[in-house]
Amino acid sequence: MKKMIENTIIAKKTLAPGITSLKIYAPEICAKHKAGQFVILRGWPGGERIPLTIANTDRAKGAITLIFQSVGKTTLQLATLAVGDRVLDMAGPLGTRTHIERFGTVVCIGGGIGTAPLLPITKAMKAAGNKIVTILGFRSRDYIILQNEIEQLSDTLIIITDDGSSGQKGLVTDVLQQLFADGIKIDRIMAIGPAIMMRAVAELTRRAAIPTIASLNPIMIDGTGMCGGCRVTINGSMKFVCVDGPEFDAHQVAWDEVMQRLRTYKQHECRALENYQQNQPERISYAE
Amino acid sequence: MLSKKERLQIAPVKMREQRPEQRIHNQNEVPLGYSPQEAILEAERCLQCKNAPCINGCPVEVDIPGFIGEIARGNFSAAFFKVSEKNVLPAICGRVCPQEEQCQAECTVTKVLKSAERSVNIGKLERFVADYAREKGMRPRVAHQAKSGKKVAVIGSGPAGLTVAGDLARLGHEVTLFEALHVVGGVLVYGIPEFRLPKSIVEYEIDALQQSGVGLKCNYVIGKIKSIKEMLREFDSVFIGTGAGLPRFMEIPGENLIGVYSANEYLTRANLMHAFDFPRSDTPILSGDTVAVVGGGNVAMDAARTALRAGAKKVTLVYRRSEKEMPARLEEIEHARQEGVRFQFLVNPVRILADQNEWVSGMELVRMKLGEPDSTGRRRPVVVPGSEFTMKTDLVIMAIGNSPNPLLLHETPELSINEWGGIIADPETGATSIAGVFAGGDIVLGAATVILAMGQGRRAAQSMHTYMMHSNGKKV
Ligand SMILES: Cc1cc2nc3c(=O)[nH]c(=O)nc-3n(C[C@H](O)[C@H](O)[C@H](O)COP(=O)(O)OP(=O)(O)OC[C@H]3O[C@@H](n4cnc5c(N)ncnc54)[C@H](O)[C@@H]3O)c2cc1C
Ligand code: SF4
Ligand code: FES
Repeated sequence: MKKMIENTIIAKKTLAPGITSLKIYAPEICAKHKAGQFVILRGWPGGERIPLTIANTDRAKGAITLIFQSVGKTTLQLATLAVGDRVLDMAGPLGTRTHIERFGTVVCIGGGIGTAPLLPITKAMKAAGNKIVTILGFRSRDYIILQNEIEQLSDTLIIITDDGSSGQKGLVTDVLQQLFADGIKIDRIMAIGPAIMMRAVAELTRRAAIPTIASLNPIMIDGTGMCGGCRVTINGSMKFVCVDGPEFDAHQVAWDEVMQRLRTYKQHECRALENYQQNQPERISYAE
Repeated sequence: MLSKKERLQIAPVKMREQRPEQRIHNQNEVPLGYSPQEAILEAERCLQCKNAPCINGCPVEVDIPGFIGEIARGNFSAAFFKVSEKNVLPAICGRVCPQEEQCQAECTVTKVLKSAERSVNIGKLERFVADYAREKGMRPRVAHQAKSGKKVAVIGSGPAGLTVAGDLARLGHEVTLFEALHVVGGVLVYGIPEFRLPKSIVEYEIDALQQSGVGLKCNYVIGKIKSIKEMLREFDSVFIGTGAGLPRFMEIPGENLIGVYSANEYLTRANLMHAFDFPRSDTPILSGDTVAVVGGGNVAMDAARTALRAGAKKVTLVYRRSEKEMPARLEEIEHARQEGVRFQFLVNPVRILADQNEWVSGMELVRMKLGEPDSTGRRRPVVVPGSEFTMKTDLVIMAIGNSPNPLLLHETPELSINEWGGIIADPETGATSIAGVFAGGDIVLGAATVILAMGQGRRAAQSMHTYMMHSNGKKV
């Protein structure tokens, strides 16, 4: 058998409209990965460096799974790569690992694509002996991802959608409030999703004084603490998400700033997308 | 033979440069290099001093009168071999070293003529011979020693790591160079812009390393994918040259607004990620009509000049001391000024101002005056009370310095570090608190210079060689 080259895509799945899962051969990263960590990848020559959280590992195959939503040029193009193609560069595992401990009852909250990075954390929390209550929020039934995988790890799984096409209609915070109302004792909350969702969760749990961890996903370049582009204010002091995070006490995050900084290149992103769609390039292959 | 007096009468040969109004529209190098005739004429200015004070000013002790003498005789290849006995990256050093503080400061001509501007242009001559050699495809003539059977890991591919890798490969060791980014070269590729150091020059040097058998592993963030402990099991010795890549911020209000960059981020987007080719290149960068750069070092000059090339109409550099204290090289300050960078001295930002969308719109600054000298001997700037004023700007680039990169150090608590976060290493040998682990360059010195990083790399390579050949294969 030919020796497999690192960064080769060995499986590809479309999990929902615009949501792709790539399983990539990366034995060294796979061996070192701990829940909460991410990689920085650059798909092709001239490509940008983007962070993606490792959603799963397959130790036997030496592969990691990355799940992403195609929202801009880079993620659209990434979704055109096929099994046998290679991503050009990938560095990791980066960032600190999730603090895993036997807390008691852990509520894991995932919003949309945030469900993917939540998966390894849920797995590790479960393995540490916690009771797992999972709340997943999606736009509609069509956008539900990883339901089976998460279900296996959860003592309770509640799915909620914006339009009520699956489960109740509403937001993850509605479910959380219901849990509070039911008097369920919660020892820790892990929340990953859009910043606006994480902020809403943080506001609720601050009042209830429940330790809450959020995973931030700012714009990054190097992922090694060299550029400071990923900086964020945590409890009044400057932190670099790529090395000090990505997980922080959600009650200490300056959420407005996080959301603001994510909008930095809005105009550029639109331009890149337009340019890409107009020029619909041939599918480029980097297989070797 | 010219007499000493005749030599002193030759005017320094200026290097031709791209005109400022032209060069701010391209990324090409600013100084164009000497012609052979110009180089010979400049070389004739050297007095061939017996005591060669210039060599004392050179951190790697290049035989300066030796190589300049060869140029004067038209033996350019011989001149190159002389330089490369001591300096593995002469094309780079000839361009970015602060010669005016090193060899040229010690030069007899400088002293006799009492003018730093009239010293022998040692740096420009070094560049000339290195470029000559590269154009001819020449490589240094050094014997490679027989395979030693020892394995070395070098972490970080800046000038320190490159020097260690090159030296140890020559000594017969099997060297693997690990770099966190997707390209090799450290600050030489992500920080220093093309118009000051063409990337093809760095590539030529890296190519030589590969030819000498050094293995390159990019995208390896050591500490994360491999610990130092694990490396010591695999390698006979390890060199850490991870640089001073941690950007400092001022810790003033508004620093996280959109439109505030660290110089590292700004330069990385521009140099490493080719953001000015956007959208042909995928990485974007913000542009602004007016740009303010905070700081007074080489990094600040590079950021300011890069902003001009990005199309900014007005670039202002603000510095809290006076012009005299600016740490940037004179040549860089001069180039920046010719290109239209404006300077405001003795001012310091206290707050960055935003428009209603939380984008940078300006800065509030205070005026400073110079007080008592501080520990570095430079007079400490103090605030002039009640001197606040504002200045409009679309972008702010913070270039106030870099600290040692802490990532690997956090993962390696056994490694002793000093109070400002650098690795404690023996200045003579580079040895650290872990046996078999050596360190050098900016990770030890704090943000310093290319040549000091190379000098440290050279000494560390020597002691790593000794360590490996005498440790009887014992690993720690
Ligand atoms: C914009 C700018 C302009 C400058 N201009 C000049 C000049 O004109 N003249 C001059 O002499 N000096 C200049 N300097 C300073 C000079 O570049 C540095 O002193 C020199 O590069 C230090 O070399 P180094 O090898 O120690 O580290 P660096 O060049 O910083 O290289 C360190 C490398 O290590 C990598 N690394 C870090 N952590 C890890 C890890 N955990 N695993 C793997 N790899 C890692 C980094 O990605 C980087 O590539 C300038 C610096 C900057 C930023
Ligand atoms: S000190 Fe100046 S003049 Fe004397 S040998 Fe050195 S470069 Fe030549
Ligand atoms: S991504 Fe550059 S410092 Fe975090």
